Amino acid sequence: MVTIPKKPAPVRHGKVTINEKWCKRCGICVEFCAEKVFERHEIGRPVPVKQKNCRVCRMCEVYCPEFAIIVDEVEES
Amino acid sequence: MDNRNVRFIEGNEAVVEGAIAAGVRFFAGYPITPATEIAERMSYRMPQEGGTYLQMEDEIASLSAVIGASVGGVKAMDATSGPGISLKNETLGFAIATEVPCVIVNVQRTGPGIGSVTMAQQDLMQARWGSHGDYTLITMAPASVQECYDLTIRAVNLSERFRIPVILLLDTFLGHLSERVVLDPPLEIITRPKPEVDPEDYLTFDAEGTDIPAMADFGGPYRSKIIGNMHTKAGGYTRDPEIFESLITHWRDKVLSRKAEYTDIERVMLEDARVAVVTWGSTTRSVKKAIRMARAEGIRVGLFRPRTVWPFPEQEISELSESVDHMVVPEMNLGQMLVEVERWSRSRCGIHPVNQVSGEAILPDRILEKIKEVA
Amino acid sequence: MARLKAHREMLDKYLTTDNLPTAWCPGCGCGIVAQALVRAMDGTGIDPDKFAFVTGIGCNGFIPRYFRFNELHVLHGRAPGYATGLKMARPDLTVITIQGDGDLAAIGGNHFIHAARRNIDITTIVSNNFIFGRTGGQYGPTTFYQDRASTAPYGMPERPFDLCRLGEAAGATFVARGTVYGVVRLIDILQKAILHKGFSLVEAITPCPTSYGRRNPEKAGTSGSEMIKWIRENSISLSKANRMRPADIEGKIITGIFAEKNEPECTDEYEKIRQKARAGLSSV
Repeated sequence: MVTIPKKPAPVRHGKVTINEKWCKRCGICVEFCAEKVFERHEIGRPVPVKQKNCRVCRMCEVYCPEFAIIVDEVEES
Repeated sequence: MDNRNVRFIEGNEAVVEGAIAAGVRFFAGYPITPATEIAERMSYRMPQEGGTYLQMEDEIASLSAVIGASVGGVKAMDATSGPGISLKNETLGFAIATEVPCVIVNVQRTGPGIGSVTMAQQDLMQARWGSHGDYTLITMAPASVQECYDLTIRAVNLSERFRIPVILLLDTFLGHLSERVVLDPPLEIITRPKPEVDPEDYLTFDAEGTDIPAMADFGGPYRSKIIGNMHTKAGGYTRDPEIFESLITHWRDKVLSRKAEYTDIERVMLEDARVAVVTWGSTTRSVKKAIRMARAEGIRVGLFRPRTVWPFPEQEISELSESVDHMVVPEMNLGQMLVEVERWSRSRCGIHPVNQVSGEAILPDRILEKIKEVA
Repeated sequence: MARLKAHREMLDKYLTTDNLPTAWCPGCGCGIVAQALVRAMDGTGIDPDKFAFVTGIGCNGFIPRYFRFNELHVLHGRAPGYATGLKMARPDLTVITIQGDGDLAAIGGNHFIHAARRNIDITTIVSNNFIFGRTGGQYGPTTFYQDRASTAPYGMPERPFDLCRLGEAAGATFVARGTVYGVVRLIDILQKAILHKGFSLVEAITPCPTSYGRRNPEKAGTSGSEMIKWIRENSISLSKANRMRPADIEGKIITGIFAEKNEPECTDEYEKIRQKARAGLSSV
């Protein structure tokens, strides 16, 4: 019996921008990102150190209580 | 033969017809004696006119619904008695702070507390100072069923003109008194000013000083941010001390700067009077009889009766105090208009109250007795 | 499940930036409720000008402040009354109230149950953070038994309401509970609630780290993210809860849609009254 391999779903890539003026360093984005894109730096400032992990699920956008995170879908570099 | 609309109806019903004539198409109320007939009559008439009657769960909800409807662009009214005004006072202040037009009828009864459903005029000061905060509003007091019709029309018009709540003071007696009324259509109908700017330039409270801001209805294209807090012109929250001064004085000055539009005084036989009887509301009826009786005895006495009781006619009373020797002030309370009369007469003439809180009308003889005593 | 819409699009369409950053504490759930709500409103396809917010007193009452919608910010507890008057006068508007647990169920309890009884076509969103947050953390009608609060230094001695049961018993025809943890599900619930013809109640469980979390640290954590984890650990979906023993769901947050019914709605019923009145039919 021949198995035909399924084409894998295309992987999406995202670029995360945080509005520093609105961010209150609450840490929710860091805690709940499934791909661990963020790290907490000084005074809890979230930094998207692992941008390349972002799969554009947009959960951080909707979890941010300050409307401060924007995820733009980008082409794989 | 007079083919105008002549009816024989009670004061409460005349209020309803006046409201409808002035364009009121929303009534929310709660039953309370002696105002309930207004609600009952409205429940019958509002849907006939394509309007809405809502019986809300309590007094506060009914004025809340009235304000909601007014924000939607529909002229709206509520009716109650003294206890209901007590409950509504916070909401009344909200209408002042958000400049939402509405009319509230108080068919007064004896108080305080549960009191009694008897004739009284004890809610004059409450109408002026009931809510917390510093504000001005217009209050009117009819003395006949015809005036219940006419002054309701005026109340609706003034509320729309000034973007304020207007209180109309009746009492148990007048609300249930039946008299001949001519239901003429109003000479003018005023509706709140509408914005003329581009929607992008519209500010919810675009006024200061004596200006009256334009009011957009909810639903577009203008976007309104109506908040009961101290606000900027855009309807944003603020703690700016300059805005506080400007806004609170604006709420006062937009009304007080237009005295000619709301002043309404009935004067009878005052030209040569040495004694003036100053009164308001239903007591006027006994006063008119007493004055006729006194004149028949040669006493030079006249009537000064504000139909618009707030803002109080300070200047007119002040001038009157210079031309008469005495003022007799009969009221069915312990002295409320009396306070204003004393204040603005500044001891230039004698002031003689006739107070009665028995729940029964002050009869002409009692007023005549006081006139004769001071004349 | 549909993908979340791009935030850039939401910001462009709806956010007004004059008042940002928000007035909320770091980690406050109000912003997450706002995020869910705006996406739900966008999903309904209703003309944004036709939305009218009537908000109560409380931090959640600021939600429309950051958005381009008509807004009426009213007295504590009274939003259902204003909303009812507005909707009856203007049935063409989509009226949404946003109230806190204290606003809705303490001072506003009577207005809430009557709006539900009337089945007036409005959507009431109650942001339940189990405390009077804005005034500094006093206990309220949804604070849990024995929780600490600023006016319960020895622990809350009373039982809380179950707001969804209260709403359903009062006659609400769409009743649902979501949480800011389950935000995608919350968006779906809110969208259904707005589109539902009749009184819709959505209870959104949200963290108040400053007033509730700090006073109950061992229970819920003291930060927004800790409290959202606490909400996650204590939420059970309705379908799962129905298969569990009462003792095991005691004190848990049950999420899901509890009621979704079609019943005579207030503005429709009143239009029938107008028709009767015009036809001269009355018992007077």
